[in-house]
Amino acid sequence: MLDILPQLLVNGIITGTLLAIPAIGFTAIFAVLRFPNFAVASHATIGAFAGYAANVWLGLPAELSLVAAFLVAGLVGVVSDEIALRPLRPYGALTTAIASIALTIVLENVVRLIFGNGLRGYDLPLVRDWRVWDIRIGPQQIENFALALILMAVVFAALRFSRIGKAMRAVADNPALAELKGIDPVRIGRLTAFFGMGLVGAGGMLLGLGTSIDPLTGFRFILPIFAAAVVGGLGSIPGAALGAMVVGLGEEVALLVLSPAYKSAVGFMAIVLVLTFRPRGLLGERAY
Amino acid sequence: MLSYLLATLTFAGIYGMLALGLNVIWGMTGMINLGLAGYFAVGAYASALLTTAAGLPILVGAAIGIAAAAVTGALTARLTLKLRGDYLAIVTLGFGELIRLIAANEIWLTNGSDGIPGIPGPFRSSLSPLEFNALFAAITVFAVAFCWALTERLRRSPYGRALRAIREDETAAAVAGKKVGAMKVQAFALGAALLGLAGVLYAHFTSYIAPDVFRPLLTIYIFLSLTAGGTGNPTGAVLGAVIVVVILEGSRFAEAILPAMSGAGAAALREITIGVLLIVIMRLRPEGLLAERPPKPLGATR
Repeated sequence: MLDILPQLLVNGIITGTLLAIPAIGFTAIFAVLRFPNFAVASHATIGAFAGYAANVWLGLPAELSLVAAFLVAGLVGVVSDEIALRPLRPYGALTTAIASIALTIVLENVVRLIFGNGLRGYDLPLVRDWRVWDIRIGPQQIENFALALILMAVVFAALRFSRIGKAMRAVADNPALAELKGIDPVRIGRLTAFFGMGLVGAGGMLLGLGTSIDPLTGFRFILPIFAAAVVGGLGSIPGAALGAMVVGLGEEVALLVLSPAYKSAVGFMAIVLVLTFRPRGLLGERAY
Repeated sequence: MLSYLLATLTFAGIYGMLALGLNVIWGMTGMINLGLAGYFAVGAYASALLTTAAGLPILVGAAIGIAAAAVTGALTARLTLKLRGDYLAIVTLGFGELIRLIAANEIWLTNGSDGIPGIPGPFRSSLSPLEFNALFAAITVFAVAFCWALTERLRRSPYGRALRAIREDETAAAVAGKKVGAMKVQAFALGAALLGLAGVLYAHFTSYIAPDVFRPLLTIYIFLSLTAGGTGNPTGAVLGAVIVVVILEGSRFAEAILPAMSGAGAAALREITIGVLLIVIMRLRPEGLLAERPPKPLGATR
């Protein structure tokens, strides 16, 4: 049984890296806007389908389709936040969270109206899996892995060096002080909604590339995404990346003892364990 | 037609019961519960399994179903006592999904996604379908009326006042000497018991349950019921549930009039409508149709 462990570890690292993208989006939105945005489910689906439309209908390669996934999910994210969620934020984080579930149901069904309920697969070149020792790995997996790493590098560089990134961190750290320094919190909120949901959309497509997608794709990933963010520390961006790795590896290694059907329960168990023993997550709640 | 109306009344009652349960947890005590479909499922599955596989009488199954949901609720609250609301939102949502996963995968226990058929209903074999629907609608209405009276009385009692104090400011309530932790566990358990009772009613009325019944969408329906009716107010909870069921059933008739809107498209539109309504009501009338007013204390003369 342990002989499949290396394979599981490789799978886990790849899943963890892909999962980090939407988890960073979710946690960044939490850090700046201070509520758990359950609409990540529908935005991951929207990203996956926008990428599908670019890939299959327009015939673009996966890399360019990923850009489409980011842009469409980001735009829907900022517009829907502006219409549905921003006016509710004064009523508190929980009211906004409930509204975000309603929003996710609305958006998911809009996808259903456009694309129907059926399963859809991306148009990818068929290539044989590579075998290194006893580990099977697909070239597409490697490519997705590399794309996720590049996206993550861009996110970290942007947060560290760009004005917008610094402003986002400032608002996350202390909104009142940031506003005193002339940072417009509403503008930063919109940018965060755009980039955060863009990442969620790109992540939805990256996770969907390995399988087929349907309108519930995003919802299936919602527990691992939340788990990654909570394990790392809700609102902490490096935490989300670390948490995603923990959850990704945990999901795969758990296959040694659990049936695959319970993969998403691993995320839930990780949430409960971390909240019981380390309520602020592995890296605490500081944004960066 | 009469039979259909009675069935709709029963469903409205079940939704009303769910809204009453959520009202105790979220409306009165301010603990968010996005996994209410999970407690609904615990009640339904426990009672269904005990009356089919174990062959126990319906009343025993119902009592154990309610108790199982209450215990699950108490455990959830106990485990999450120190958590901030946003974490509780995530944990309860995960709990609801976990229950659905278990229901779908532990085939030896729950028959997986095929569900449990043939759940007995009271006197089902000796009554005509119409008579059965009438009897069950009466049982449901009675149960809802009873739980409405119970939670309304709770709301007017000093205990209810303490729960509201916890909702508004936990620290202040603790400073005032309220046992915040214990009261939160009790309120969550009571609310979960009502959710479980709704599950029991559902299982024995429809005679069939499957994991698909307990989708997160149900949670949205109930939050809409409570928010539309008036969060914190049991009367509002029941009223809101009736409105939601009328919308859901009414959209079926719209389907019949507009044949173009059929099947999956119609279901999608219905869900879009529900989601948009919830957001619009939260925006325009966050206190709901029947706003919560400070209740008159028990025994006060008018």
